[in-house]
Amino acid sequence: MEFSHDRSGDTLVVNASGRVDGSNASDFLESLQGMFDPGDQRIILDLGGLEYISSAGLRVLLMAAQNLDKQNKSFGICSLTEAVGDVFRISGFDQIINVFPSVEDAKQG
Amino acid sequence: MTDTYKILVVDDEPDLEPLVLQRMRRQIRSKEYEFVFACDGVDALEKLNADPTIDMVLSDINMPKMDGLTLLQQLPDVDPNLRAVIVSAYGDMDNIRTAMNRGAFDFVTKPIDFDDLKITIARTLDHLAEWREALASRDQLVALQNELSIASQLQQSILPAIPPETDGCEVSANMEPARNVGGDFYDYFKLDNEVGLVVADVSDKGIPASMFMMSSRTALKGAAIGVREPQMVLTEVNNQLQQDNPTFMFVTLIYALYNPETGLLTYSIAGHDPPMLVSADGTVTELTLTKGIAVGIAADVVYTQESVTLEPGDTVVLYTDGVTEAMNADNQQFGLGRLTEVFEGNSPESATAANEAVFERVRIFAGDAPQSDDITCLTLRRP
Repeated sequence: MEFSHDRSGDTLVVNASGRVDGSNASDFLESLQGMFDPGDQRIILDLGGLEYISSAGLRVLLMAAQNLDKQNKSFGICSLTEAVGDVFRISGFDQIINVFPSVEDAKQG
Repeated sequence: MTDTYKILVVDDEPDLEPLVLQRMRRQIRSKEYEFVFACDGVDALEKLNADPTIDMVLSDINMPKMDGLTLLQQLPDVDPNLRAVIVSAYGDMDNIRTAMNRGAFDFVTKPIDFDDLKITIARTLDHLAEWREALASRDQLVALQNELSIASQLQQSILPAIPPETDGCEVSANMEPARNVGGDFYDYFKLDNEVGLVVADVSDKGIPASMFMMSSRTALKGAAIGVREPQMVLTEVNNQLQQDNPTFMFVTLIYALYNPETGLLTYSIAGHDPPMLVSADGTVTELTLTKGIAVGIAADVVYTQESVTLEPGDTVVLYTDGVTEAMNADNQQFGLGRLTEVFEGNSPESATAANEAVFERVRIFAGDAPQSDDITCLTLRRP
């Protein structure tokens, strides 16, 4: 699991790559939330480099999304590979979390 | 603690006592079980207070003086580790749900099917034994690993062991838990002349997931008895589990209802991989995904259902992602392609053969690579 992030104005784009499963899901959430600044209004998670996500990974994404929603901040994920996109589609999480084709789309959405 | 389990039967119907003593005579003679009887909730509490060695309570709901639902509320004050099984009228969802909310471990429906009751009692007492073991050793547990193995034992203790025996229906199921992850389960039960089938995968691991799995299983079985249509069952289960879920646990599952006489299989999917159909001629297709999302995360989800008629020799394979996402040493996944190859041009001779074939192929593929997720597969075949 590797991260990098890029902030411009009140928008934070986080790139996450590797695998998220039961063994590192809570680290994933911690790392992710550690990057948030109080001033961030829009958080975009670019999962283009993500090879695999398990249900434990989906759960922490849901926690992050609900948390940000409570603070009236926008949260979206983008650039899913086909395999990861299937996981979101089949589980129905694409109906709960905003999914965008690209970072650009997410910035406008 | 003695080796004989003591069970308190609470019912205002005087005929039940001789019937229980007669139908359970073998278990009584072998000192496996001992029965005591009470005629209402007040009488039951008196007997429980007088005798702390009672292990479980089997209670009717409607009784004079104090009913079974009120009794359930009082049980934790007597002994928080008592387990209760409720006897309810068939399809009485409201009372079943209330009973479950008040901590009943399971339920049986009237008229009592004694074979089913024996299985339910055995399962309840198995769970109780595991639970006591967990309580006794809990103080000594420091390592997470130990906690997880208890979760896994609890999980194993709720899986049904004997498939429903009905003409026109072969069922086989297996779950291989991963060392570190608890979360999959399967279930099957008879519903009049039909059979209900469940395969499910709870997010995350450990004791909380194991608890969530228990409530999922109970909610599902309760809903399946109350409402028949699979899409309604999932709606009901989602409404129940979603209400109070601060930890964002969720469960993906398939619930299917099979009619052995007609071969009609109706199913509804909550965020789970769709089942696979292996026709008698060895053609493999993936069944249509229905509308709906994983259970427990959102309110007012609409679930839809699909139907397919199984011809003689057709097999349906329900599985969790532990099958398709099993990894080998080269970090490749088993995948849907290899699962399809297990059956393509090779229709299984029985549900058991189909099930064993899946596990064998996964085992060969994974080799020495560590198993990271539970692997569950349930096969249904129309003979």
